Amino acid sequence: MADRENKYPLIIIGLGPAGLTASIYASRYQINHLVIGQALGGLAFEAHKICNFPTEEEISGGEIVEKMKKHAESLGAFLMADKIVNIVEEDKIFKVTTQKRNVFWAETLLLAIGTKHRQINLPDENKFIGKGISYCATCDAMFYRDKTVAVVGGSDNADTSSLYLAEIAKKVYQIYHGNKLRGETAWINQIEGHKKIEVIYNTKVIKLKGKEKLEKIILDKPSHSLKEIAVDGLFIEIGTVPQKILTEKLSIETDKNSYIKVSLGQETSHRGVWAAGDITTTSNGFHQIITACSEGAIAIENIFKFLQKKNK
Amino acid sequence: MPKTIELTSQDFEKEVLQSDIPILVDFWAPWCQPCIMMSPALDELSEELDGRLKIGRLNVEISEHQMLAAQYQIQSIPNMKLFKNGQVVKEFIGLRPKEMFKTELEAEL
Repeated sequence: MADRENKYPLIIIGLGPAGLTASIYASRYQINHLVIGQALGGLAFEAHKICNFPTEEEISGGEIVEKMKKHAESLGAFLMADKIVNIVEEDKIFKVTTQKRNVFWAETLLLAIGTKHRQINLPDENKFIGKGISYCATCDAMFYRDKTVAVVGGSDNADTSSLYLAEIAKKVYQIYHGNKLRGETAWINQIEGHKKIEVIYNTKVIKLKGKEKLEKIILDKPSHSLKEIAVDGLFIEIGTVPQKILTEKLSIETDKNSYIKVSLGQETSHRGVWAAGDITTTSNGFHQIITACSEGAIAIENIFKFLQKKNK
Repeated sequence: MPKTIELTSQDFEKEVLQSDIPILVDFWAPWCQPCIMMSPALDELSEELDGRLKIGRLNVEISEHQMLAAQYQIQSIPNMKLFKNGQVVKEFIGLRPKEMFKTELEAEL
């Protein structure tokens, strides 16, 4: 095979905790690699407070990924902000093309491409994005100082969004279809004791009302005998959906919700391609920074063995 | 070289409202990851559309810029507003791919 410029044993795609940890391990295994991603941190960047990562009693998502980046770079990693627009396989080598028109070649790929926010799919949900609807409390909370907001969801992300918003807004309704919040008990206890937060259980938001911007949300059953609540903002925190485009390009096997199926060694159905982090079906579906890091580490150990065997 | 300019509340009047050519104002903040993801695309567009469009950034984390964010009813970022002759003629909310955004902008120029 002709020599190809920009050829690496490994290209890691994704700059979140899985991709950055994988880079740290790859450097320690001395696998020459490149890390490409659209922006540092993935969804972890948006977490405003993390209290369960060992060695960090309390840290923001932005800070923790910045530390991971520094660690990866201190070991010599090259992190590149760019978007992958195409991947094709030619003679068992992957040709990766980026938006900035760079072309790289890789013997192995690690997809650590993560997930994005899920929408409720209500009529007018798109119309009110940026006019009351938000999917990122960390980004947009400050625009709701002393205002009334609602959060939809009952997970850790919804819980921490409510708590963060309560630091800024006048009143926070948390609306959840279940009868008990999920997520860490420590957060739930804080919410239940919080003067500004009112949790409305067993209830869904079914309609949005407003002219230029969101003014009211309509519930499927009354709360305090009212089905309508006047709000300035609605933060939707109902989980995430996988980023699909690269898995489709490589015809990688996924589950029905588009999460990538992987082996115990994080290998996908496509030879030479591994996956780690929120995008995979593993770690019992528990999407945490620490499980993403773990999957990144496992993938690299497996890729190292693969490359060793291949190059014998 | 990117030609994006860092706006302030002091030069907003001169750079934006009195601009001879259309200007896109990106209301952003450092804690907003989609804003950071949008930033390289804006830098590239500032070169590609140079002469037809100016691109400026206003960091709404800075307290003296928050009045402007309120005045222009920013509720979610990134929020990019296109100004012509001192008036907002179009707004673009949320992260978007560069090529798509370029097409959207060119339709307005």
